[in-house]
Amino acid sequence: MRKYSIFAIAREAMRGHKGWDRQWSSPEPRSSYDVVIVGAGGHGLGTAYYLAKEHGIKNIAVIEKGWLGGGNTGRNTTIIRSNYLYDESAGLYNHALNLWENLSQELNYNVMYSARGVMMLQHNVHDVQSAKRHIHANRLNGIDNEWLEPDAAKAFCPPLNISSSARYPVMGAALQRRGGVARHDAVAWGYARAAADMGVHIIQNCEVTGIRRGANGDVTGVDTARGFIGAKKVGVVAAGHTSVLMDMAGIRMPLESFPLQALVSEPVKPIFPCVVMSNTVHAYISQSDKGELVIGAGTDQYTSYSQTGGLHIIQHTLDAICEMFPIFSRMKMLRSWGGIVDVTPDRSPILAKTPVKGLYVNCGWGTGGFKATPGSAHVFAHTIANDAPHKINEGFTLERFRTGRLIDEAAAAAVAH
Amino acid sequence: MSGNAYQGGANRLPGKGRLTPAKTVRFSFDGRILTGLEGDTLASALIANGIHLMGRSFKYHRPRGVLSAGAEEPNALMQVSRDSARYQPNVRASVQEIFDGLRASSQNRYPSLACDVGAVNDALSPLFSAGFYYKTFMWPRTAWNKLYEPVIRRAAGLGESPKEADPDHYAQRYAHCDVLVVGGGLAGLSAALAAAESGASVIICDEQPEMGGALHFDTSIAVNGETGFDWAQKTAARLAFMDNVRVLTRTTAFGYYAQNFVGLTERVTDHLALPSPDQPRERLWQVRAKRVVLATGAIERHMVFPGNDRPGIMLASAARIFLNHYGVAIGAKVAVYTACDSAYEAAFDLQDAGVRIPVIVEARDRPGGTLLEEARTRGIEVLTRHAIASTKGRLRVSSIAVVPAGASGKGRDIEVDALIISAGWTPSVHLFSQSRGKVAWDAESGRFLPGVNAQDCVSIGACAGTDDPVALVEQAVEAGLDAANGAGSEMSGRPVIDIDHEGSDAGSWSAGLVGAVGAPESGKAFVDFQNDVTAKDIRLAVREGMHSIEHVKRFTTNGMATDQGKTSNMHGLAIAAETLGKPIPQVGLTTFRAPYTPVTFGTIVGQSRGVLFDPARKTPLHACLETNGAVFEDVGQWKRAWYFPRAGETMHAAVSRECRTVREVAGLFDASTLGKIEVVGPDAAAFLNLLYTNAWDKLEPGRCKYGIMLREDGFIYDDGVVGRLAADRFHVTTTTGGAPRVLHHMEDYLQTEFPHLDVWLTSITEQWAVIAVQGPQARDIIAPFVDGIDISDDAMPHMSVREGKICGVPTRLFRMSFTGERGFEINVPADYGQSVFEALWERAEAMDACLYGTEAMHVLRAEKGYIIVGQDTDGTVTPDDAGLSWAVAKKKPDFVGIAGLKRADLQRPDRKQLVGLKTKDPTLVLEEGAQIVADPNEKIPMTMIGHVTSSYWSENCGRSIAMAVVAGGRSRMGETLYVPMPDRTIEVEVTDTVFFDKQGERLNG
Ligand SMILES: Cc1cc2nc3c(=O)[nH]c(=O)nc-3n(C[C@H](O)[C@H](O)[C@H](O)COP(=O)(O)OP(=O)(O)OC[C@H]3O[C@@H](n4cnc5c(N)ncnc54)[C@H](O)[C@@H]3O)c2cc1C
Repeated sequence: MRKYSIFAIAREAMRGHKGWDRQWSSPEPRSSYDVVIVGAGGHGLGTAYYLAKEHGIKNIAVIEKGWLGGGNTGRNTTIIRSNYLYDESAGLYNHALNLWENLSQELNYNVMYSARGVMMLQHNVHDVQSAKRHIHANRLNGIDNEWLEPDAAKAFCPPLNISSSARYPVMGAALQRRGGVARHDAVAWGYARAAADMGVHIIQNCEVTGIRRGANGDVTGVDTARGFIGAKKVGVVAAGHTSVLMDMAGIRMPLESFPLQALVSEPVKPIFPCVVMSNTVHAYISQSDKGELVIGAGTDQYTSYSQTGGLHIIQHTLDAICEMFPIFSRMKMLRSWGGIVDVTPDRSPILAKTPVKGLYVNCGWGTGGFKATPGSAHVFAHTIANDAPHKINEGFTLERFRTGRLIDEAAAAAVAH
Repeated sequence: MSGNAYQGGANRLPGKGRLTPAKTVRFSFDGRILTGLEGDTLASALIANGIHLMGRSFKYHRPRGVLSAGAEEPNALMQVSRDSARYQPNVRASVQEIFDGLRASSQNRYPSLACDVGAVNDALSPLFSAGFYYKTFMWPRTAWNKLYEPVIRRAAGLGESPKEADPDHYAQRYAHCDVLVVGGGLAGLSAALAAAESGASVIICDEQPEMGGALHFDTSIAVNGETGFDWAQKTAARLAFMDNVRVLTRTTAFGYYAQNFVGLTERVTDHLALPSPDQPRERLWQVRAKRVVLATGAIERHMVFPGNDRPGIMLASAARIFLNHYGVAIGAKVAVYTACDSAYEAAFDLQDAGVRIPVIVEARDRPGGTLLEEARTRGIEVLTRHAIASTKGRLRVSSIAVVPAGASGKGRDIEVDALIISAGWTPSVHLFSQSRGKVAWDAESGRFLPGVNAQDCVSIGACAGTDDPVALVEQAVEAGLDAANGAGSEMSGRPVIDIDHEGSDAGSWSAGLVGAVGAPESGKAFVDFQNDVTAKDIRLAVREGMHSIEHVKRFTTNGMATDQGKTSNMHGLAIAAETLGKPIPQVGLTTFRAPYTPVTFGTIVGQSRGVLFDPARKTPLHACLETNGAVFEDVGQWKRAWYFPRAGETMHAAVSRECRTVREVAGLFDASTLGKIEVVGPDAAAFLNLLYTNAWDKLEPGRCKYGIMLREDGFIYDDGVVGRLAADRFHVTTTTGGAPRVLHHMEDYLQTEFPHLDVWLTSITEQWAVIAVQGPQARDIIAPFVDGIDISDDAMPHMSVREGKICGVPTRLFRMSFTGERGFEINVPADYGQSVFEALWERAEAMDACLYGTEAMHVLRAEKGYIIVGQDTDGTVTPDDAGLSWAVAKKKPDFVGIAGLKRADLQRPDRKQLVGLKTKDPTLVLEEGAQIVADPNEKIPMTMIGHVTSSYWSENCGRSIAMAVVAGGRSRMGETLYVPMPDRTIEVEVTDTVFFDKQGERLNG
């Protein structure tokens, strides 16, 4: 793999950029692999990368029905943070955050991880209690998260409206300074390039249509649009379509799939320095390096596999944005889109072995799995390679919904009294 | 060429165009005061004044002029304002109409448009190849955040964001119609007319200020004996006059959603010098149509060749609009570079207006029909099979170099002051594609056309690939009649629309060229002007392995600018396909996403601002409480009285006084926000048995009981007191925030799991005002007002409910308590709430009772160890965790959550359980949310065994009190635990949760 650097660019500039290699190739599938990963999103590609890099497994294929990175990885608003409440989540997301900090260098691909700070607004007494609970728990877990009074929140994000006459006045905010954003495409491409360089096959435009099991029930491979491909181990990393795939192996998943929408504004000069989220008024926002305001909405109320959500959801989100940032009312929505997110009952992911030998699953990231990409991929590779979970993902089992040992981050945000 | 400034610019041609010379408009551009005409766009007015340089590109900061005369404009973006708050960046000069006092300024340049230091990027462009930023800026590691990114961010972006709150308002309308026609050109108008005259209800919209579409520039078509444009205006007027038709101009259909739901945005005042303050700036129309007729036309493509981006180079159709509609000549020596017949008509129109056409450079072997001959007869030199190899001119094109197709070398220089280009027309299938319809590649005409419909819609005219005007009208009328017919209107014959089309040779819009011309590696041939994507960039992306068109788009940013690739997408696709050696349809098309053109946030928001953002819910007692000095807090959507400070009192003092007074005398509390649901029917008790953990069969009418409701997973979902009014009628209360959820939850189960039960559910939250009267004197306070109910302890013990009268109005009177004192909750019909409250309060006040708010309520209930769902529980708490296992019926065969509760983890003895905490230092009040550890000396990460859920200063206990959930808490009574705070560690003792009146004697005291 040719190393990327400013010197390489300068060299290429002089010869019309003719010498760049393909970032990944489009190989013909082999008849079988040691490991087949289904789904070339960030989590799937990352898993292949760590399997090859840290576990010495090179005979790997990542099989993707569309184009790599075209699922939620390429559709999300890229918020990264690790200030989760429970020890299990804090461990997982912080593992990811630590990997984010070095990911560009590790992959020799600029993923533009930008620690511009994630500020979560609190609008009522109940919000404040819940935020403080997170802050205290994070502090004792060694994770940065601090409380800002409204003035300090405004200083950190000048466009914020902290007027006490707002419908839901800002009563303060929890700030994680290490939180931020990254460039989503670069994450998929960086992992793809580095994995392909170690011999991983990335097979695009090839839908998996079946998961085959042998007489003893173990996984033997997958049926695909390009025929049967044998595999000793199969890892399903298919986000919104995981239930459909797992059903092929006879496993019913505790997942519901919902459309989730996002939008960007026209680009403008820098105006918004950080990431702001508000659960109470339902909106989150940041500004991309290009200058677009990147705005995330909530999920549709109903389960669906349609990637277009309703206009009313966008409406609700922009209501909230203009309420918190009245200066943006004259900005324009440039593009909106949706993705299908897979939601578990406790809003925490499943990163685990399954009852079928040789079959592993990484899913349930719902509205917030981009931030976990490197950490999730890293421990999932460990799980597949060793047929046993890494210490960090021990709790994220499929069985927990049977035993009740949940990691309920949603409950932690709770309900109004 | 003659012109005069009084007619709005030197390049305005007398007798040309449709604007009125006497109606002048003064506006400014970069501080220069200029004159244009009413009806001008910024672009037409600037060109009339000889100004072609209108903007700078995103990445290389190259000087740019206007490319188009419409919504597809990538280059001429400006900052436009009326006053400092009414300011807008990134406005397309080709769309913005001028008005007296409009101020426009160029953007993304420093210090000035003509001299922009950002243009060094252009010189460095060999380094800034597609996706270069993925390959560098990685060293040293911390430099990305500190150095590279800030620099990149400052260089990126286009205009400046608005800095002031938006003073304008926006409106929203919902509309239903039989037929929605999108696009008011020849096709759209014909279809609308046919549908409307058949009696269907019709909405027709067009993004331009007048109907007409391509008839704005195409003067070759006459309809019913008049010019096409005049016919369009008359037809629009006729339609507008009909009761069953709504005609919307300046209105863009921006999004096509499920079930024929289309979003339109109407620009109401942005073109007016003095809008009335009553007028909304824009209006959002949300239209549900039985049939959608898409008549969205086609968009001309530019030629992709080196140096194709200089100011003065524009689409042929744009030059024709400037001439035929605005009466403006874009230059005096205008060359043509084309691969499409329609550009010839532009050349001929310009020549007829006195503009010199030095050359037509024709990329093809020859144009269609007799165009070649006609051009030559007119004395225009036509170079067939030729290309433009390069152009010159820093701030405006000054010459072009022409070479035979495929040849290299410098070529022949031809002096020009403008160049019009056309590579053909791309049908506007954006909305069709948004509707989830599948486009299909038409190999013969080289374009994507609407294929299989996904919704009830029809595409007609240029967007459907119909070029010939006679066939187009036929198709449109048919579509209109069919739509009306489909909507149940009876036919009344077809409208008469007779087409007279001269010069039909040049009328063909099909064919043309997609992709770049010229040697692959020469010069900067722009595909996407705004984002500075060149043909080379696209080839590089393919070389680097970006084989999906979506990858190409993302890697190069082609088609991702504010014009969303209206002129560039097809070219990008063709270049990628060529580089891959694949046919175009195999490479595929990127998804068309809403909105079609950018939509103002404010328009989407409409009236949902300020108080209407989320209307606050106020109780029937709100005004009384306000008069009595309440401070309110937000609880969900409700405003609740928080505390009632007297003059000079702090919150702490007020709450302490309220708490004390309730226990010493009594207090009145507004409990109206509690959710209330009436559960009625023969199976009401059976239903509640299934929804609650408790058993309800034995509850006698007239009694009430505290109930707990679980989710399927066994965790507490809500709680509340339920009163049985009759055998088949229950008055259920829920938490304030839980009311809508609980009703939904009940309905969900009733309709899906228990449909066999004969039960009705009705929300009655807002039907009853609820006044809680709590304290030793509670009964004395209410006694004189109660009518027909015996409220003595014997007749009406704790946890009972009676119906009768209070203050002469009907009441449901509950004897219950959330304070541990003798208490009543008086439900009266909402309209009587205020008067009953006033009567009670007058007496209570005289007895030295108080009003108390939610804060005192919280303290009082905590003193008694009563939980608040959502505060002491968080969705991970079982009834047993909360110390409420007594409320779970042991013998019931089924209830929601019973299976969940039995799961192993929910039975663990070391679960987090609700306990009381007392700080060793009684004056210290713990922080709610603070974490609890057993070993204060452990290093981070510490083992957290629980957290503080409720914590207050208790005036009645004379010390602080707290509730917490702690692992194995009930077996830790008396143990010392620790709450590590940033500045110190607080020692606490685990206690039970009842801090006051442990025996509960005061309930009847
Ligand atoms: C609008 C939106 C905003 C979001 N915002 C954020 C945010 O701000 N922060 C955050 O952390 N997270 C966010 N998320 C969530 C985040 O995007 C996802 O959790 C994460 O990207 C999931 O990555 P993945 O690799 O698991 O899934 P994906 O990227 O979706 O990859 C799964 C892949 O599997 C493929 N696949 C599916 N079925 C098959 C099959 N049968 N055969 C072959 N391949 C198949 C799909 O095509 C897809 O490419 C957001 C999501 C959305 C939709």
